[in-house]
Amino acid sequence: MSTTIGENIHRKEAWDKVSGNAKYTDDKPVTGYLHARILTSPHPHARIKSIDCSKASQLKGVRAIITGNDFPVLSGALLEDRPPIAKDVVRYAGEPVAVVVAATEAIALKAVRMIEVEYEPLKAVFSTGEALKKDAPLLHPDLGEYKRIQKDVQPVEYSNIASKFQIRKGNIEEGFSESYAVIERNYKLPPSDHLAMEVRAVRAEISVDGKIKIETSSQAPYTVVKQLSSCFQIPAGNIEVNVPFVGGAFGGKAPVTLEFLAYMACVKVNGAPVRLTVSREEDMATAPCRLGLEAAIKIGAKSDGTITAATFTFYLDTGAYSDISPYMSKAIAVDCTGPYNIPNLSCDSYCIYTNHTYSTSYRGFGHLCYTFCVERAMEDLAEKCGMDPVDFRKTNAIRPGDLTPNQVVSTYSNTGNPELCLEKLKTLLHWDGRRVKRIDNNRVLATGIACLWKSATPPTNAVSGSIITFNSDGSLNLNTGVVEIGSGGQTNLAQMIADRLKMDIKDIHISLAVNTRLNPEHYKTVASMTNYMAGNAVMKAANDVLEQLKTMGAQIYSCAPEEIEVADSKVFKKEQPDQYIEFKDIVSGYQTQNGTSIGEPVIAKGSFLLKGLSKLEPNTGKGRTGPAWTVGAQAVEIEFNQSDYTYKIIKAATVMDVGKVINPNGMKEIIYGGMSMGLSMSSREVYEYNKEGRLNTPNLRTYKLLHIGEEPLYQVEFVETPQTDSPFGSRSISEHGIIGIPAALGNALAAASGIPIQELPLTPEHLWRAKEGIHDSK
Amino acid sequence: MKYYEGDCVIELDVNNEIRKATVRPSDVLLDVLREQFGLTGAKPGCKNGDCGTCTILMDGLPAKACLVLAVEAVGHKILTVEGLGGHTPIQEAFVQYNAFQCGYCTSGFLMVCHALAERKPNADEYEMEKWLQSNICRCTSYQEIREAVKSVLKHI
Ligand code: FES
Ligand code: FES
Repeated sequence: MSTTIGENIHRKEAWDKVSGNAKYTDDKPVTGYLHARILTSPHPHARIKSIDCSKASQLKGVRAIITGNDFPVLSGALLEDRPPIAKDVVRYAGEPVAVVVAATEAIALKAVRMIEVEYEPLKAVFSTGEALKKDAPLLHPDLGEYKRIQKDVQPVEYSNIASKFQIRKGNIEEGFSESYAVIERNYKLPPSDHLAMEVRAVRAEISVDGKIKIETSSQAPYTVVKQLSSCFQIPAGNIEVNVPFVGGAFGGKAPVTLEFLAYMACVKVNGAPVRLTVSREEDMATAPCRLGLEAAIKIGAKSDGTITAATFTFYLDTGAYSDISPYMSKAIAVDCTGPYNIPNLSCDSYCIYTNHTYSTSYRGFGHLCYTFCVERAMEDLAEKCGMDPVDFRKTNAIRPGDLTPNQVVSTYSNTGNPELCLEKLKTLLHWDGRRVKRIDNNRVLATGIACLWKSATPPTNAVSGSIITFNSDGSLNLNTGVVEIGSGGQTNLAQMIADRLKMDIKDIHISLAVNTRLNPEHYKTVASMTNYMAGNAVMKAANDVLEQLKTMGAQIYSCAPEEIEVADSKVFKKEQPDQYIEFKDIVSGYQTQNGTSIGEPVIAKGSFLLKGLSKLEPNTGKGRTGPAWTVGAQAVEIEFNQSDYTYKIIKAATVMDVGKVINPNGMKEIIYGGMSMGLSMSSREVYEYNKEGRLNTPNLRTYKLLHIGEEPLYQVEFVETPQTDSPFGSRSISEHGIIGIPAALGNALAAASGIPIQELPLTPEHLWRAKEGIHDSK
Repeated sequence: MKYYEGDCVIELDVNNEIRKATVRPSDVLLDVLREQFGLTGAKPGCKNGDCGTCTILMDGLPAKACLVLAVEAVGHKILTVEGLGGHTPIQEAFVQYNAFQCGYCTSGFLMVCHALAERKPNADEYEMEKWLQSNICRCTSYQEIREAVKSVLKHI
């Protein structure tokens, strides 16, 4: 039986998804459920003077109305700064102010409109710059008193700074004194949305003996258990969280949000089942989005292009609450250089409160934002040094022995090979050094390049587990806590087992829904870590299967376990492959011809705990935050019309060091998807706020996404430098396709238009404004 | 069209079966299909006509079930993804070409593509794009969907 690693395997759940059979959270029948809907704040910052629910609660069919006073709790992933329902103050337009539970959704909505809230508007801040001013209004006057879940998150009392991480390496002054060319640039990216096609949805019920059952569209079911437990002082064992298929997540379904509301609503109706599904508008304005970023960058290089020093200052606009953003500010600091060796380095990464919708992880965990800034600056510096942009990047690519920003010694195993990615990209693009080629009087063809890297920043004690059982036909069941959010993670895991046990992948069944009571904990389905963490757990479980089968085989054949071979769903003695026992006859224990039983049913397990990670040293940022990096090089080719600033995206290409190709098409498609999202985000997506601080683009009519016909040709190629501690040497790839794309598009457009592109999104109108110096009158 | 008021009992022809439902005149077809008939293949993505995840066929043409009132659907033949049966050429092609990741947009795309293949088997790439622009996929790059649809059209 040949290996399944490196084969194109269709997703295990493919037929469920083309037949309408795949069930997502809100596909569960609604009979027997009460319906909850949310009243949200129209103000970005205001004191709640009073809430009058008397009229609304008299409406026939209304069962309960909950406000922030009912459950005065605070929640948060790292820092408990967020009341699930606003209490006394609202901090963004769209924030929940009350929840109504009613017999039907229509009644709930009607009642929502009958609640009377009196607000006293407060001064609001809409940029990190404003938020840092001395006289800026404080969003969280009690910042110093909030409970810190992770101790390395250190909010600055009496300021709008939720956290800060910094990197200091080498000697900055000396570094810059050696530079021949220095550039200084500022960049600004507005927030935007994950826009998973499935809006967030949740169901909750509580049994009479206090057992809580939650069904939710979440990437992090085990975190839902933990946060509900800590927020409401419930024993974790009383909470069961179920996650069926998830209709896209991209980081946006990792935070615990609606689950709190549904739980509180459910308590208020004595545990009766409650359904809460938000509208698209609420999914955008109320639920967390992608953060905004402002950056100030200074980089210097010698005349041969070698970078000598850099300073980076990043201001993350986390919106009204911090959620996971402090760790994005950490991840950005740790990876601030991109895959380059910069010996003298200083980076300050601040996470700042504003009165925008709060933000959370988004595909790439902040990397696509800072990479836009750094790679735009690299491009300008290459030009100033008179160098080819690819050669400039190759000159500075990080190599074994170099120190990463957090002072980890780079090896091929932990960093991969960015130089080789660039080399391969050159071939793929037929690169001749010309960034711009004229087509006619108005139109030019332009290519932009960018590199990417990313390591994960999980908690230092993240876990994963897996259990393997068998069916009576000898087929295998794989049980993990990995959520199927679209990345095909479970299919990859099945491939790993098939390879290890030398069995047909068709005989491997996976449990696609996650139930926190039944499936062993998997930290979260985030950070592209399924292959690494769950993969390691699954490989251990597969080894356990082998050991159990070999022990039984040895007993049956009266030989040593080492003489036993397992392949093709059969157990046999190595030298006698034609005398075998089929899995179906051995996985539940073996019966000899005279009826004696041998062995016992095979139930195998494997678990994994991250090891060797450490917190960062506060002053230097030295420390190991993730197991390894994934590096890559990307390019975007556009056709730009200089007369009207319109452009067509012709091609997007990625060469990524994936460690080992597990499923070529599956992996390519995940990277295509990342590129597509990056092009959509950087070419058009934006959270536009109006003068009153309300979201102007809270639906798909106004918030534009890429449609079919607007997509370029996508190309992906792989480099395989194994990560030695990962199954088969494979690296994380699920997020990475997006990371360098906004920068590559920006670089292409800057080359084509001569506009010093420093902001997103790159709409023709924005380009025109930048060129003509016309600012928005708003 | 008939005038409807209050709770009304209607008959709908869905996937070649006549089914009864009690609806309010303002109920949209999408909610009735999902909540009363358990046909959850059509999905809400925006309930505003912008995303296409709710697409069904009405008399063989794609319609956004979030924009059709249930009472408007009376007298028309409704087909949902469940009614495709599982092995139409376009469903096979979607599996073959991996034309989905999370699968949430898939039912909607399948319905548009199925209607296109049935009605315009000779459609060229331009016409295909025009048909499919009513729908959004956030996960794939569209390249995969494009390949799947091309494989069931005659002339591309
Ligand atoms: S739900 Fe109907 S078009 Fe989006
Ligand atoms: S497959 Fe997820 S939206 Fe299309």
